[in-house]
Amino acid sequence: MSGADGHRRVVVTGVGVVAPGGITRDQFWSTLTAGRTATRKITFFDASKFRSRVAAEADFDPVAAGLSAQEIRRADRYVQFGLATAAEALADSGLELDEATLENTGVVMGSAVGGTLALENEYVAVSNTGKEWLVDHTYGGPFLYQALVPSSLAADIAHRYGTHGPTQVISTGCTSGIDAIGYAWQLVQDGEADVIIAGAADSPISPVTVSSFDAIKATTPENDDPEHASRPFDATRKGFVMGEGGAVLILEELGHALARGAKVYCEVTGYASRSNGFHMTGLRPDGLEMSEAITVSLNQGRTNPDDVDYICAHGSGTKQNDRHETAAFKRALGDHAYQASVSSIKSMIGHSLGAIGAIEMAACALTIDNNVVPPTANWSQRDPECDLDYTPVHARERQVDVALSVGSGFGGFQSAMVFSRLKEAS
Amino acid sequence: MTETRAVITGIGVVAPSGIGADAHWKTVLDGSTRLSRITRFDPSSYPVTLAGEVPEFDVDDYITARLKVATDRWTWHGFAATQEALTDSTIDLSTMDPYDTAVALASSSGGNEFGQGELQSLWCEPDGKVSVYQSIAWFYAASVGQISILHQLKGQCSVLVAEAAGGLDSFAQATRTIRRGTKMVLAGGTEGPLSPYALACQLSTNRLSTSDDPTTAYTPFDGGARGYIPAEGGAVLVVEDLDHARERGADIYGEVLGWGATHDGKASRPGSGGSVDQYARAMRLALQRSGRTASEVDVVFPDAVGVLAADQAEAAAMRAVFGDGGPAVTTQKAQVGRMYQGGAAVDVATALQAMRYDMLPATHGLTDPAPGCELNFVREATARRTDIAMVNARGYDGYNTSLVVGRYED
Repeated sequence: MSGADGHRRVVVTGVGVVAPGGITRDQFWSTLTAGRTATRKITFFDASKFRSRVAAEADFDPVAAGLSAQEIRRADRYVQFGLATAAEALADSGLELDEATLENTGVVMGSAVGGTLALENEYVAVSNTGKEWLVDHTYGGPFLYQALVPSSLAADIAHRYGTHGPTQVISTGCTSGIDAIGYAWQLVQDGEADVIIAGAADSPISPVTVSSFDAIKATTPENDDPEHASRPFDATRKGFVMGEGGAVLILEELGHALARGAKVYCEVTGYASRSNGFHMTGLRPDGLEMSEAITVSLNQGRTNPDDVDYICAHGSGTKQNDRHETAAFKRALGDHAYQASVSSIKSMIGHSLGAIGAIEMAACALTIDNNVVPPTANWSQRDPECDLDYTPVHARERQVDVALSVGSGFGGFQSAMVFSRLKEAS
Repeated sequence: MTETRAVITGIGVVAPSGIGADAHWKTVLDGSTRLSRITRFDPSSYPVTLAGEVPEFDVDDYITARLKVATDRWTWHGFAATQEALTDSTIDLSTMDPYDTAVALASSSGGNEFGQGELQSLWCEPDGKVSVYQSIAWFYAASVGQISILHQLKGQCSVLVAEAAGGLDSFAQATRTIRRGTKMVLAGGTEGPLSPYALACQLSTNRLSTSDDPTTAYTPFDGGARGYIPAEGGAVLVVEDLDHARERGADIYGEVLGWGATHDGKASRPGSGGSVDQYARAMRLALQRSGRTASEVDVVFPDAVGVLAADQAEAAAMRAVFGDGGPAVTTQKAQVGRMYQGGAAVDVATALQAMRYDMLPATHGLTDPAPGCELNFVREATARRTDIAMVNARGYDGYNTSLVVGRYED
């Protein structure tokens, strides 16, 4: 079924989530709507030497998530998130993977830092705690190459289900999640696949990643009150809190979904990415390129800016980000930016780098499905440069037919995606 | 509605074969081996001691000292390949809307040498930490981000990760992006797999050749195939909207006609060559989307990984698509080493040069084909017109991509 632009239409028919504070879709949604924060003192390793010592960790049990002993041995934690969320999303979609479907089902997953966790653990052994530049490879595990190449993430999902469609990992830093779903969207639009298992996963809570963000002071230095450490859009925000997790959405060609009577969460009506050409980590306050991405993604679905009900913000909680994207929303939506409900779920589940974009798209699908807008937790003090309605503290009931989500990442990438309630199929 | 056509107007190679399109083509034709003992570090303690390294590379020719300290060698090669490609294309970016230009490169393992250095800083001392550049130099998007900033390429950028297959997927993505309205997209990719830790990771697959003889270490499709030799470098190419290229009077190498990407749907296992059916299906999809038949293909550049079972599966897949006679097959991977996604991009460059110069380069490293690998190999450089070339690549753990490029015709 083709839309106005001649491309096939694409809908979301399944959702799976692993996030801090909620390791299934339902738990995730109840964490968000309750406004509960899952940020805490880092427990995965001794973080005492680091500037930032808080994170949003997921209490994930791969056995409970149905992973086999061999999958657990082989797959790094982020791949395990991918497997668990793919399973949940597929079950949710009710899709039957018969031979014909498998031929035209692809896997497209985003990840910013891939197998960093396994790579660092293995590095410590082969280098004898960093003493040897010429590492001793005989101390490396059998799946070291899978850790080196993040293509393992999509491959392991394809292996589990025996899918044969186009398979890809998209790694554009912190916009990886949106960009992976956007890539999948375009493949289905163009007829390269009918169904795509699309999403993202990251498990970056390790010394090297914590140290990397310490070095550029991107993460919060406030460690005394972890539950309130992530404060997007609040005047007292001090930086982001790292998280981990993953989400998978089943993207399906509209006719394919309708023919099998699938439940449709929403339609993917727009996606665009622009680069700021400015700085690997810095953002100009004008939000120009993000606003361009938003405008293009709205135009693709012929969506009027005034029709945007909810904006799932990047809202990382750094000084520059929250100011930057507030400016972008105003530039793209005009005065309507003040009417839309905005929120940052990173206030509750932290910033899981490449994964968060997919988790936020899952939140958008659930927002449209439930007509409830998740809040920005920990918001209490207004920043004059961040003057929109950030849905502070409490979730809000609101009819949401159009949800916009944005991401902003290292490399200067600015991405936007629009989910809309399915209108009459033409 | 006729579909927007995407053509290639610039080639930038930075590989063991040399720097720049001309140097690469000269090496390809002279057939000299570019594998040698690793110099990036002392390889004595490793079973693999050979590699393909980029010769006489001076990063200062391409970027400032400030940018140099913030980036890995893999990104340096990306900067250089980009500069070579842009110069070759004669495109004037200053006359273009930055949103009409983008970067879609493949990446597989990121900034390995830089990352290992920072891991060492972090772990060797109790109060160790990483530098301010670790967060922007190690991750897979570093090259694309830096190149987009340096050249003000502000359209939809992509970083494709599918091991070697990603090098071809990037041309598909560049073409999709152009069909959605972008005028110029850089495609291809480089790889920097030559740090001790990255080598240790590669060793775990048991797919690398442990020979220390550069002339026989890497012999794809040969009865003596014993694995591959890793290499650094790759290629970046300028993919451009045909109308834009014609309006500025660009010299056109060829056209991206179609592609197919499939997955085995099962893991790579020692002794298994992967799925013949799915690899063949990728080639058929590429032909179908190109509007071409198998008999129209003049030459195939295979993945040529040099692992016997994989080579045999690759040969079987080609036979399934082309029949027993089949088009000419040629590969120079054994000459320069396996650059993963960079190597697939280099093969696209070689295919376009073969088209431009009406010359098919010889297959390197092949003496006696292994059983099942008897294809129509180009044994010595042969003057022959090429109109349609197929380039194939497989990524570790089941990725198959086939790309069809053709001579540009009005």
